[in-house]
Amino acid sequence: MKAERFDLIPFVLLAAATLGALALIRTPSTWVTLTVAGLAMGLLIFIMASGLTLVFGLMDVMNFAHGLFIAVGAYVAVTAMKLFGGTLAALAPALLATMLMAGALGLVFERVIIRPVYGQHLKQILITTGGMIVAEQLIHVLWGPDLLPLPRPEPLRGALLFGDVAIERFRLGAVLLGVLIFVAMALTLNRTKLGLLIRAGVENKEMVEAMGYRIRRLFVGVFVAGSALAGLGGALWGMYQEAVTVHIGAQMMVLIFIVIIIGGLGSVTGCFVGALLVGLVANYVGYLAPKVALGSNILLMVIILLWRPQGLYPVGKS
Amino acid sequence: MPSDLLKLEGVHTRIGQYHILHGVDFAVPRGELTMLLGRNGAGKTTTLRTIMGLWRASAGRIELEGRDIAQLDTPAVAGLGIGYVPEAMGIFAGLTVRENLLLAARNGPLDAARLEWIFRYFEALKKFWHLPAGNLSGGQKQMLAISRAIVEPRKLVLVDEPTKGLAPSIINNLIAAFAELKKTGTTILMVEQNFHVARSLGDSVAVMDSGRIVHAGRMAQLAADQALQNRLLGLSLEAQQ
Repeated sequence: MKAERFDLIPFVLLAAATLGALALIRTPSTWVTLTVAGLAMGLLIFIMASGLTLVFGLMDVMNFAHGLFIAVGAYVAVTAMKLFGGTLAALAPALLATMLMAGALGLVFERVIIRPVYGQHLKQILITTGGMIVAEQLIHVLWGPDLLPLPRPEPLRGALLFGDVAIERFRLGAVLLGVLIFVAMALTLNRTKLGLLIRAGVENKEMVEAMGYRIRRLFVGVFVAGSALAGLGGALWGMYQEAVTVHIGAQMMVLIFIVIIIGGLGSVTGCFVGALLVGLVANYVGYLAPKVALGSNILLMVIILLWRPQGLYPVGKS
Repeated sequence: MPSDLLKLEGVHTRIGQYHILHGVDFAVPRGELTMLLGRNGAGKTTTLRTIMGLWRASAGRIELEGRDIAQLDTPAVAGLGIGYVPEAMGIFAGLTVRENLLLAARNGPLDAARLEWIFRYFEALKKFWHLPAGNLSGGQKQMLAISRAIVEPRKLVLVDEPTKGLAPSIINNLIAAFAELKKTGTTILMVEQNFHVARSLGDSVAVMDSGRIVHAGRMAQLAADQALQNRLLGLSLEAQQ
């Protein structure tokens, strides 16, 4: 019997895209800066998207309001950073607060909005889109309609210089945090019984129930964790942009949907590779051909779906 | 005569606009292997799924040790000690053989002695322990599906057409494994189209037609009565002989 090897082709594609960009950009220092920026952007998108892909994989729930948790995370970060003094020491409690708030909101949202429409895709799209609109208006009421600044703590401003190469400190931090979250998520999914249940549930939720596990409880847990991660991602994205608007979540949703479709719905590894591809391509194309930058990710999605219609890492459902 | 572990009384099941089970009545004696036979579309799979709570009975009683479980949800039914092997096997293809069995062990870590007992009949599982289950052959997948249902002692195991599409050598292996499982006192309700398998393993039998039980009794009696077989099982039996 032939052992199934982990599919490395998407990672090879990622490396090829990165090296191909080096050949086109030609200036190594620019290439390094763009690559770090692309990785940071990709990993922040991964943090925001990972929960959504599992939610879809586990329960076939199409949550168009996922951006709500991103927006709430960003706005809570604005308030928390002000409250805690805006220093580096304030960052950890502020990010924790954003995760708690977004997670709590996720719990309420699942109970009130999602639960009544399980298994009804059209209603899910309508009600979650409606929920997103209502939530945006509530954010207007609570935080006002104006763009709010979200300055980074002083030690995360500026860049580190390595010869000709300038790397923004915040981007480097975002890369480290993103990798840490991916590793933690991969370990949870592959080394714990909870992770096994989530992976099994994505494949065949009926069989998981027939083995005595309550898939809905599992789903609520994943939904809350995914919302908390979206909140964290929103806070970090707000700091990345150094400003927050009420549309931050809705704007990110386009990229998030591209990422989870590219990756394969329900696949965390696919989401990771897809997010990195989207981040890198956006930065490289933005530098090389700014006029086509806007459509570059759509083009990337089209190319990948023509090659692998189920995404980079299709999840076999039975 | 052993007491009944499972008893169905007047069970009706509707799936959407379709009325599939029309008052199913039969009992599964404790410690025996009961065969549920019948033509395609008779309602055998629906009966197993209704017992598991995967489709809810619209009327009637399903009693496990005297307790009505008809309105329990699937995890609660499974939690009562019922193992289930669906017709499509339901293995998790992306998980390894080990991980599939690990999930099936609800009450703690895998029991090494029980695993060794399973490996005696299903050697392939030991060999491919760390391989994704999606890589296994059809017969090996069936072995895994059955092993998952019995990786811990269960009161009742529901098995839906375990020999479907398998090679004769693997079928013989399965027969030996179920015969051994019977010796442990496990109660089994098995849907089967292969009359040779049914005759080899069954202690009691219930035959379904059009969503109803049309015969219930001892397997030996049905196996000895050619006319009864022809009347109850008709073409599906002829195809097997």
